[in-house]
Amino acid sequence: MTWLHRYTKLVAACTLLLIAAGGMVTSTGSGLSVPDWPTTYGWSMFSFPMSKWVGGIFYEHGHRLIASTVGFLTVILAIWTWRVEPRRWVRGVAYAALGAVILQGLLGGITVLLFLPAPISVAHAGLAQLFFCLTISLAIFTSPRWREQPTAAAADATLRNIAAATTALIYVQILVGATMRHTGAGLAIPTFPLAFGHLLPPVWTAPIAIHFAHRAGAVLVTGAILATAGHVLHHHRGQRELTRPAALLVGLVLLQATLGAFVVLSGLQPLVNTLHVVNGALVLATSLVLTLRSWKRFGVQNSGFRVPKRFTVQGSGFAGEGQL
Amino acid sequence: MRMNYLRSAAAAGALVLATACGGSHDAAPSSPPAGALRVDESKAATLAGRVTFEGTVPENAPVKMGGDPYCVTQNPNGAHLERFDVTDGGLNNVFVYVKDGLGNYYFDTPTEPVKLDQQGCRYHPHVLGIRVGQPLEIVNSDETMHNVHAMPAANREFNLGQAIQHQADKRTFTKREVMIPFKCDVHGWMQAFIGVMDNPYFAVTHDGGKFEIKNLPAGTYTIEAWHEKLGTETQTVTLADKQSANVTFTFKAPAAAGN
Repeated sequence: MTWLHRYTKLVAACTLLLIAAGGMVTSTGSGLSVPDWPTTYGWSMFSFPMSKWVGGIFYEHGHRLIASTVGFLTVILAIWTWRVEPRRWVRGVAYAALGAVILQGLLGGITVLLFLPAPISVAHAGLAQLFFCLTISLAIFTSPRWREQPTAAAADATLRNIAAATTALIYVQILVGATMRHTGAGLAIPTFPLAFGHLLPPVWTAPIAIHFAHRAGAVLVTGAILATAGHVLHHHRGQRELTRPAALLVGLVLLQATLGAFVVLSGLQPLVNTLHVVNGALVLATSLVLTLRSWKRFGVQNSGFRVPKRFTVQGSGFAGEGQL
Repeated sequence: MRMNYLRSAAAAGALVLATACGGSHDAAPSSPPAGALRVDESKAATLAGRVTFEGTVPENAPVKMGGDPYCVTQNPNGAHLERFDVTDGGLNNVFVYVKDGLGNYYFDTPTEPVKLDQQGCRYHPHVLGIRVGQPLEIVNSDETMHNVHAMPAANREFNLGQAIQHQADKRTFTKREVMIPFKCDVHGWMQAFIGVMDNPYFAVTHDGGKFEIKNLPAGTYTIEAWHEKLGTETQTVTLADKQSANVTFTFKAPAAAGN
């Protein structure tokens, strides 16, 4: 295991912590408790006295500091990858992560200065998940296992397609959830599992429609995950790199549905709400891992990416000299 | 000539900017529009009354102030939300105002500021009225940080940080609006409501739901009473010259009062 791989895992873990901090900001309604940006009540963000981290400021200012740390870690990641990574496309992913984290910081600042308009706040939430996916992808791509030759098993086109579709569906579901949070529709349907005592809401308003779309999306996502996991366990039973994320995915989505129910039943209790956001990110990341591993079998055999000879290492397990 | 034109253009530009930004300067005196009437105070009527509450008074939810130790020390016996303030059957913190019927009367804009204070991690007062163009002075009397977040629909939204004790800032509103919610995002329980009026005929109930509106010209008016959780009640009142009239509004307990 290389140090770069260990470092990408650290960045991914810090990003998950950042998502949790952002979740607490929204869940506690603290998004505007620091009115200025990039300063904090006129102080530099890094010199703002700890004694003043009170009430909502604790969450919002803490989120900004963690975000700055993740931004700094990502700058190092991009430089490190540029220096040592022979695969151009992996370097491209690292640069994309750097661009994403910069844009994410700007979106966070703009949404504060414009009093949290829903479209920008939703974009901020959506880009957070994309950035998390980029860090997870880098952790996968830099792992020793990724560089191993594919097994003799033939590429499974069905798995590739349903895993990718499931990951995309989970991401859309997260966007709908973010829209629900940032438009204040989290309790538009205050009952669970039924909607006002019915399977379908008896009245329809925009908040009820958004809320119901998230519930319907949860059913679809659960179905897609069960189908993907079922396919893996049936066709690739002996391959732990596939069965482990598939089994984890099933556990996480069941936990996610439970947390979703408690979000409503607890009346949007901030901690429960945030756990739902964080676990949603884990569902997405796990599905992405499964997807990447299923595409690796296909991708490595057929990628045809060429790299300069100076980067090739004899006996490294690469597909061939000058080619990945 | 050219210089005068430039000065006028600059002054007009500054006025537009000050208006657009909801500027913090005192309201400038303005002249009445053509044909506008002035109220003859020697003939003016008075409207007094009470807002009563019918039913069981819902409990105000307790507030958790643990996130800011200063607020805890300021409220040693704990604190509750201020939504239902009922004394002797009268509902306080109701904004009562003349909604319609004034016609073409003109009123000078007061230049003395109305004060909104943050003290003990509360807004004082909880409900208040102000005139269009009249300065609102926002003061932080606390030894802690507050942000003052106004969330109007018709006026310009602002979010003001007040990090220092005794910090005072002024804001004005350019349009009539009933009501503008104010919130402190640092201390989520802190809420205030401000009614911005284009006439001086408004009051906030106190001491058992009482209110009084003076110096009304004779006429037929729509009077509205607004409460932050219970909504609005309206009545039509006809006043003659020098008449003192009484009205009572009654708000009923909600079926399931949420806090």
